[in-house]
Amino acid sequence: MQIELVKRPDHSKLMAIASPFLAIGLTVFFGAILFAATGHNPLRALYFYFIEPLTAAWSLEELVSKATPLVLIGVGLAVCFMSNTWNIGAEGQYTFGAIAGSIIPVYFWEWNSFLVLPMMMIMGMIGGAAYASIPAFLKNRFGTNEILTSLMLVYVAGLFLDWLVRGPWRDPGGYNFPESRDFTEASILPSLTGNGAMHWGAVFALVAVIAMAVMLGKSLKGFEVRVLGQSARAGAFAGFSRKKMVYFAFMLSGALAGLAGIATVSGTVQQLQPVISPGYGFTAIIVAFLGRLNPIGVLIAGLMLALTYLGGEAAQVTMGISDKLARVFQGMLLFFVLGCDTLILYKLRIVRSHGPHAPLALHENLKPAEEAL
Amino acid sequence: MKTLKFAAAALLAAGLASTAFAQQEKVKAAFIYIGPTGDFGWTYQHDQGRQEIEAALGDKAETIFIENVPEGPDAERAIERLARTGADIIFTTSFGYMDPTLKVAKKFPKVKFEHATGYKRSDNVSTYSSRFYEGRYIIGQIAAKVSKTGVAGYIASFPIPEVVRGINAFILGAQSINPDFKLKVVWVNTWFDPGKEADAAKALIDQGVDIITQHTDSPAAMQVAEERGINAFGQASDMIKFGPKAQLTSIVDVWGAYYSARANAVLDGTWKSTDTWGGFAANMVHMADYTNMADDVKAMAIATQAKITSGELHPFKGPILKQDGTEVIGADAILDDGVLLGMNYYVKGVDGDLPN
Amino acid sequence: MFEAILLTVITAATPLMIAAVGELVVERSGVLNLGVEGMMIMGAVMGFAGAQWTGSAYAGILIGTLSGAAFSMLFAFLTLTLVANQVATGLALTLLGLGLSGMIGEAFVGQPGIKLTAIDIPVLSDIPFFGPVLFGQDLIVYASFALIIGVAWFLFKTRGGLTLRGVGDNHTSAHSLGISVIKVRYLAVLFGGACAGLAGSQLSVVYTPQWVENMTAGRGWIALALVVFASWRPWRIVAGAYLFGAVTIAQFHAQAIGLKIPSQLLSSLPYLATILVLVLISRNRRLTLINTPAALGKPFVAER
Repeated sequence: MQIELVKRPDHSKLMAIASPFLAIGLTVFFGAILFAATGHNPLRALYFYFIEPLTAAWSLEELVSKATPLVLIGVGLAVCFMSNTWNIGAEGQYTFGAIAGSIIPVYFWEWNSFLVLPMMMIMGMIGGAAYASIPAFLKNRFGTNEILTSLMLVYVAGLFLDWLVRGPWRDPGGYNFPESRDFTEASILPSLTGNGAMHWGAVFALVAVIAMAVMLGKSLKGFEVRVLGQSARAGAFAGFSRKKMVYFAFMLSGALAGLAGIATVSGTVQQLQPVISPGYGFTAIIVAFLGRLNPIGVLIAGLMLALTYLGGEAAQVTMGISDKLARVFQGMLLFFVLGCDTLILYKLRIVRSHGPHAPLALHENLKPAEEAL
Repeated sequence: MKTLKFAAAALLAAGLASTAFAQQEKVKAAFIYIGPTGDFGWTYQHDQGRQEIEAALGDKAETIFIENVPEGPDAERAIERLARTGADIIFTTSFGYMDPTLKVAKKFPKVKFEHATGYKRSDNVSTYSSRFYEGRYIIGQIAAKVSKTGVAGYIASFPIPEVVRGINAFILGAQSINPDFKLKVVWVNTWFDPGKEADAAKALIDQGVDIITQHTDSPAAMQVAEERGINAFGQASDMIKFGPKAQLTSIVDVWGAYYSARANAVLDGTWKSTDTWGGFAANMVHMADYTNMADDVKAMAIATQAKITSGELHPFKGPILKQDGTEVIGADAILDDGVLLGMNYYVKGVDGDLPN
Repeated sequence: MFEAILLTVITAATPLMIAAVGELVVERSGVLNLGVEGMMIMGAVMGFAGAQWTGSAYAGILIGTLSGAAFSMLFAFLTLTLVANQVATGLALTLLGLGLSGMIGEAFVGQPGIKLTAIDIPVLSDIPFFGPVLFGQDLIVYASFALIIGVAWFLFKTRGGLTLRGVGDNHTSAHSLGISVIKVRYLAVLFGGACAGLAGSQLSVVYTPQWVENMTAGRGWIALALVVFASWRPWRIVAGAYLFGAVTIAQFHAQAIGLKIPSQLLSSLPYLATILVLVLISRNRRLTLINTPAALGKPFVAER
């Protein structure tokens, strides 16, 4: 027996909608087995995982707040990956954006003006974009692989932040503990509901999703992204510059990651600490692909992934399901979602192992495999 | 362990005796951990403390926890989740949870919060920490007695006051025996990376130290010491299994007695916001058995421990000089807790610069 | 002193080198598996567990290696059979590995492990300097160099290697030549998984013989970076892994000596050095292009 893929003539619209449900169905089934095997009531576990976080207003707000940076970063990365540029270092750009945006609340904390927040957000975006321009520059100037440089710069940004909050940016009233001073009212991104966790960053994320969707769908730039992503050569014929695209893709995704960084620091953490991200920049890579590099898809994927984090916590607290088990379950869900998406482009066919293969050499029908992304 | 259970039982009895306060039938204690419960270090010890509550209070207590919660954006949500799940008392066991704890505490005035190693309190937020430095003073003395080269190596995590205080206590202890004793400090910029900790230990040994002590979490350095045939001190947990010939002693974090007492205080309605900074006397720091040393060294260590416990000896008693020789305090004065809490300089005898 | 430092560097560099050379083969076949960290941690926990169960460090290493290989098959099935996205699947594999290893390892926390002893070749290992460095290592160190030599020879001197590189450069024409692209890639991923498993068990059986959760502490990511750093050439992995290890160890020595540099700057040196060397190497563009597998990360489905 062997599984064989047969390419569909077109994207299956039905499967595009059905595959996530199929994936969730499979996850529920195998998840139930997993929970039962580890001695937990499977129905309760699944309830706390998927439903309980959605039943209370506070946790819905937390869900949005957790998804905000994932969507902001993910939607930028989607454009970046679509143009065939590989920014793996969004985590570093997130950190750098947070640092740049925090200059005002750290140095000019007495300044109390409606201008503070917009300036912080803009500086955050500039910081993220500037940091992202380093791998772009190295790639364009020296041909240095951007996957490596952007990844390495993540560690450097983290250590730089660490140095800042332990050194020059340390809260003078904080007994030398590694934290910046608390942000003042003027530099805290307000909650959308008055006192909940959902802050204005959620609006930024939504705007970013719409803007990217419009750009990709309606604008010449979006066309350029897709053409250069498919083939640099075709792009060159169309008069598009690959080098400019590398800068564009990096700085766009960097700016959005930087915005995510400063929005999270200003709206949620409300001061700089040595750790300001639970790996958002890396998780957002998964979000971008789960969302099939489509801005709306990224929005849904970001919310879904955020739900699995909240659900994991709910299951831990209420049922004593360990964090390890929660992560295994999360990994399983991701596998099913990724696997089921295959059905959009392909039909599965199970074939019995047959005798000798038909000679494949130089078959007439051979065309270049579809580059699905 | 026995003494611990005894202490907890005594506290329990004391709690039951007082009926004047609003009592409740059952207490739900919740914990939030920075690392995995399997780190065999900081989080592991807190989780041992959590289990002690259940052992001490039996049916009257229920405990829950969330592990692996990074400091930063996720902390507040995790703490709020604990509060909303009906926890009566919530222990937040890492410094970076300080502001999130206060924010959630404001929203849940009836829930009691206990934040480890911080300094911000409110009506329903207590702080607690251990005077680990008392143990560090003793291991400094032992190091000065045992070391042949007169130089010890210190694997440090991050330059925060708690770690700096430990380094200073160590060298002050060592200098009380051998005024010329030297200390080399290596910062690894992580609490937890066994490989890096082992590498740092090897580098220190290659630089001529013959005693290793650490303020990071894994038993990696202990294993290196065992292999290289030198001595070392354990951290957080008793690491004797990892260095049967190497370990001199280990500074063990013991949270169980405190946790049981606080949970019990919730039960009998006597809980109040306080700042607890306990050492030997409060049963919050233990020394593992003194092993692999001559009897006179062991006797000295036990004597010092007794003196610190009784309050006769304070590790930060003057005169204390900074690295450059300027005096911090004169003879017979004792550094107060406020200064200790924010300590950000090395005392004389430490090699190198404090990262700033 | 130099000898001692070198010995420390060897231990630190070995797991990076092994995991990286495995991933190199995977990427040469045109597959990008970002799940190295996850496979490594599975190798670490199973290597430790295997040694505890059997009482033999060698058996532990074998079990760790096989576990890494088995774990990689999950990735292979998703990305090769089901053509799921490789980047996302690799990241999911890491998530899964970190969780699963924590569950398996719960029983082993706080237990000292069984350390693999060095092979002490008599007489030879007594030679000053060269003895301990060349003849006093454990089996995994020798295996790491054997792997590099073997992979270099296989990739560039054998027909199988030519096939593998062909698949990685242009799967369509490889397919049209009658090569089973999927089979070649399955084997490559399997090899990469075994290497990551071996590297992981080195951590829990040699480097620091213990099990603690998340003990790989990002080494899988460094291994991934090394592959690109080496521009997909086996011998450069040796240079990269040893350079990275040397800078890491050197900064500890610099601190112990008392150099007045912020420790965060020292800690970021290995990363900055990697970038710098990479920039220097990649200035020669033609060379880089020749060695980059052109089909890297692109899905393949045979059409009929």
